Amino acid sequence: MSDLIQKTTVLFLLFLFVGINASPAETPPAEENTELNVSELILEHVGDGYDWHITNLGHNPVSIPLPVIVKGKESGWHLFLSSAFHHGHASCKGFSIAQEGPYKGKIIETLATGDEVRPWDFSLTKNATSLLLSSIILIILIVSCANWYRKRQENPENCSPKGFVAFVELVIMSIVDGVIKPCIGKNYKRYTPYLLTVFFFIIFNNLLGLIPLFPGGANVTGNIAITCVLALFTFAMVNIFGTKEYWKEIFWPDVPAWLKVPVPIMPAVEFLGIFTKPFALMIRLFASILSGHALILGLTCMVFLTVRLGVFMNTGMTVFAVILTVFSDCVELLVAYIQAYVFTMLSAVYIGLSQVEAHHKPKSEKSR
Amino acid sequence: MSLLTPDPGLLFWMLVSFGIVFFVLAKYGFPIIVKMVDERKAYIDRSLESARQATERLQGIQEESERILAEAREEQVRILKETNEMRVKIINDAKDLAHLETGKIMEEAKRSIQKEKETAMRDIHSQIAALSISIAEKILRKNLDNKPAQLDLANKLLQEISN
Repeated sequence: MSDLIQKTTVLFLLFLFVGINASPAETPPAEENTELNVSELILEHVGDGYDWHITNLGHNPVSIPLPVIVKGKESGWHLFLSSAFHHGHASCKGFSIAQEGPYKGKIIETLATGDEVRPWDFSLTKNATSLLLSSIILIILIVSCANWYRKRQENPENCSPKGFVAFVELVIMSIVDGVIKPCIGKNYKRYTPYLLTVFFFIIFNNLLGLIPLFPGGANVTGNIAITCVLALFTFAMVNIFGTKEYWKEIFWPDVPAWLKVPVPIMPAVEFLGIFTKPFALMIRLFASILSGHALILGLTCMVFLTVRLGVFMNTGMTVFAVILTVFSDCVELLVAYIQAYVFTMLSAVYIGLSQVEAHHKPKSEKSR
Repeated sequence: MSLLTPDPGLLFWMLVSFGIVFFVLAKYGFPIIVKMVDERKAYIDRSLESARQATERLQGIQEESERILAEAREEQVRILKETNEMRVKIINDAKDLAHLETGKIMEEAKRSIQKEKETAMRDIHSQIAALSISIAEKILRKNLDNKPAQLDLANKLLQEISN
């Protein structure tokens, strides 16, 4: 019950947030562009940004400036706050945010020749900042739990945790016993830290992304760069420690010879599979989190879109949208867990597949 | 910003931060938690096992004591029975012995009575003989004149006496 109250408060704040943000888009250009550009608004929120936009007060956007770190083609390294751009309207040291073109929304460098090029851009964007913050919080949480255990290392009989540590232990052990052990098999101990890290990293960022206020709200796990790195780690984990049997099954699979001798069809398919598996992991997490964010934002925008349809219609649609948003927020909570679980489980399954032992021998003996 | 092209800057930060998170958690975080939980599990298993053994031992001890008690009771009954038997036997023996002794004594007594009786009879016989001789003498002396009558009488008397 209190969770529901909390949820509605959060939603109320979300309305406030989106509402204030949306209103200037409606008002300033007076009559010519009264329509709220929903797709742009959603894309702006699920995408990345150089400053952490919180709200608009009147016509002045309120945002947290974030550090911009760029290396220009000619001018070398630069470090300054994103407030120097004045929300994209000004340029600083030859750098500015592109308003259109192929680099729309990103920092471009205007060279002396007048050409616009993309510099090396290591800015702490909204997602990067959120990522660093969540990483620090995650490390603190887990290491403090681990310290609780470390203190009781000498006497295992006193080591039954309560409260938060017990909850973390419950989650850890449910992943270890429910996913890692059955999926990997006897070598599971080597991969447990990695898979647990992946699970906690994803679920923590997912949940943080659902909170619309400052430390959260960024669409971290719904960004393809993030899921790409996670998938690359899994790719490395699967292939670096793959057994001989695993590679044999890729390049010389147990299929009729004509499928592999003149034209290596099956080896090609298997080889492609090495890359499609992490690729699927990357796309799945990215798409589900992105769509969740877009869905909630879209439903919230419904309130402001129906303003023009009259008071009754607007009220009705507002109630409808609030109910739907509460519902989809709850679904997103579930999705946050499920996607973290699925990513961990599939990584474990792929690792388990790369740990295969030679199991063809008994089969061939049987056929003889 | 296009959604589908990974941004190199963010890729870099993600690589760095996830790498650090992974390193720190894999070194100082999860292994110790999992290890301690496993140790605790082993400890609980051990405790349960020893508790089970202790219960078993206790049950064994109980059974043993019951068995000893039952044995003692049996022994008691047996001893009582034996004593009883012995008592009866001793009494019977004594009775038998007494019977035998009495029989012997009786026999002895009978025999001595018989002997006495025979002696007495012999005595009586001889006395009767002597008496009859003297009677006969007296009668003879008195009735010698009537000889046949005297003889008849003597014979008659003798016959009576011998009978």
